[in-house]
Amino acid sequence: MNGKLLEVKNLQVSFFTSVGEVKAVNGIDYSLGYNEVMGIVGESGSGKSVEAYAIMGLLQSPGRVVGGNVLFQGEDILNYDAKQMTDLRGNKISMIFQNPMTCLNPVYTIGNQLSEALTCHNKDISKADAKARAIEMLEFVGINNADKRFAQYPHEFSGGMRQRAMIAMALICDPKLLIADEPTTALDVTIQAQIIELMKDIQKKTDMSIVFITHNLGVVAEICDKVTVMYAGHVMEQGAVNDIFYNPQHPYTRGLLRSMPRLDSESHARMIPIEGTPVDLLDPPKGCSFGPRCEHCMKICLRNDPPLVQIGENGHLSACWLHVRHGAESKEAK
Amino acid sequence: MTSFILKRVGSALITLLVVAAATFFLMNAVPGSPFVTEKSTPEMVARAEAKYGLDKPMVVQFVNYVKGYFVGDMGVSLKMQQDTSVADIIFNQNKLTLSTRVGAFALLLAIILGIPSGCIAAYNRGNGVDGALRVITTIGVAIPGFVVATGLLVLVGVQLQWLPVRSGSLETASAFILPVIALAFYPSCYIAKLTRASMLDAINQDYIRTARAKGLKTGTVIFKHALRNSLIPVITYLGPLTAYVITGGFVVETTFSIPGLGKYFISSILNRDYPIIMGTTIVLAALIIFMNLLVDIAYKLVDPRINLSKGDE
Ligand SMILES: Nc1ncnc2c1ncn2[C@@H]1O[C@H](COP(=O)(O)OP(=O)(O)O)[C@@H](O)[C@H]1O
Ligand code: SF4
Ligand SMILES: [Mg+2]
Repeated sequence: MNGKLLEVKNLQVSFFTSVGEVKAVNGIDYSLGYNEVMGIVGESGSGKSVEAYAIMGLLQSPGRVVGGNVLFQGEDILNYDAKQMTDLRGNKISMIFQNPMTCLNPVYTIGNQLSEALTCHNKDISKADAKARAIEMLEFVGINNADKRFAQYPHEFSGGMRQRAMIAMALICDPKLLIADEPTTALDVTIQAQIIELMKDIQKKTDMSIVFITHNLGVVAEICDKVTVMYAGHVMEQGAVNDIFYNPQHPYTRGLLRSMPRLDSESHARMIPIEGTPVDLLDPPKGCSFGPRCEHCMKICLRNDPPLVQIGENGHLSACWLHVRHGAESKEAK
Repeated sequence: MTSFILKRVGSALITLLVVAAATFFLMNAVPGSPFVTEKSTPEMVARAEAKYGLDKPMVVQFVNYVKGYFVGDMGVSLKMQQDTSVADIIFNQNKLTLSTRVGAFALLLAIILGIPSGCIAAYNRGNGVDGALRVITTIGVAIPGFVVATGLLVLVGVQLQWLPVRSGSLETASAFILPVIALAFYPSCYIAKLTRASMLDAINQDYIRTARAKGLKTGTVIFKHALRNSLIPVITYLGPLTAYVITGGFVVETTFSIPGLGKYFISSILNRDYPIIMGTTIVLAALIIFMNLLVDIAYKLVDPRINLSKGDE
């Protein structure tokens, strides 16, 4: 084993709409080891969800993977057929979503939906065993009265409880990888904190790896080992969580950090959003996609796409002409 | 559940009272009398009206009707089967049976054709199958029922002579076919359209993405997770559908010469046989109300979010 659970290589996804090809993901690369948490950060519309759906094989027409590889335990799952993907999903790779209010089927009980996630991958398991396991999972994610809760419908659960149930459902087959697409965004702040706590706890108790997608850098700091910063379907910067937070190099990452409310500092009034609007993916700018919004934009930025280059230890990478110019030893801190 | 049913029975009685009042005062608002004929003298008319209490003030007549209904007395026919009890005419002369038979078959046919066609169309969204179904269903919901009935009668009955033109008392199976198809055509098409739309809506819901994400097979995703949700609007339509089948039945019975309640109802209006008009209207209204109650219960069975006992507080 090469120590890599997931390797995403030059992944490209487009939506072939009636008005043209929307290049939602433009060749992103990252890899994830066992028992590791990768944060994927970026403003809304940067292609984070689309990238996750591509891995899960959940892209809906007119979306299609147009290039790249996704190696899961060394095998390219983009080559899998429908049956192989069905066997993989929910079993080896699970996913949870942003809006727990709409992600559970309103007409079936929580228990039914949980057991089903188990029985569809384990045909031999008895109904009673599936129920016992589902109840155990509900308890594991911190739901009290799990026996009673098992028989209830989603509308009898609060938002936070539903997200817990979603997590229980995702984990019921003991997956190797959990993709969490903004799992706390739709929840209010105290519930958010509880769900993050729960996920940290689960990560400690199991050897599962997590791809944690969010537009909230604060959440990233809490749970991630590594971070990939995405913009307009490109990787802008990538590195260990400390490097991204304390030694951010890319103008976009710095912008994101400045726009983040900082509860720890006294100056939380100084929250500066990034100027300008996200790219129109139907008609992306030539050169660096962040160019039109970047305060350091140079001539070359508007002509050529900056390459992703190493700028530091532990795989600290950045896609910015500033770093190509200065070579890899751009050490000046924030 | 019991408190729900009690409440519904109460509101049904009020609805029926309103229906009765509306029918009564509307039919009396039309000038004229059931007893006026070419040969009748004013004295004869007055005598007949006095015999049946039609000379009393309107309100008194209405109250008498209501009182009668509470003890199961629906009055007697004034004219069409003079002095025969209305209850006998409606319940014991096979009229209601004939009408409900055609109606129930049409209702069933509409459901068993409409729902699968809608699913097939949704599943084939955008391709030829969906296109063909769309053409058929659009025609179906656009053409009025009497045109369908007459068209079938002329084409299949008169031109091709495959099936009988007059269905009569529906003694043979072939007598059923045309009236049932004529009556079911519009609702099948409507249900197909409704199912297609709600199926497509369901397929795009987040919980379908969840179902796929947990590794369920496409069949399970569609038939377990999408179908049940997409049936909710279809069930809601079953109430209005019953009303359609009843009123559409009038046309179909007339077209295919079936001596059912619908056909008789139309004659009773032409003849101004007031007690029969009242009786038929109330019986049919009660039938519609009852079907709506069944629909609400079915609704509850499909959708657990609906709480029947405290839903309307
Ligand atoms: N069904 C679709 N049709 C066309 N374009 C789409 C579709 N879904 C997503 N996109 C495009 O992909 C981009 C990235 O979307 P998404 O991955 O959801 O962003 P986020 O980073 O907020 O999760 C969107 O800005 C949009 O332009
Ligand atoms: S490449 Fe140029 S435009 Fe893009 S982020 Fe770097 S400096 Fe800004
Ligand atoms: Mg998203």
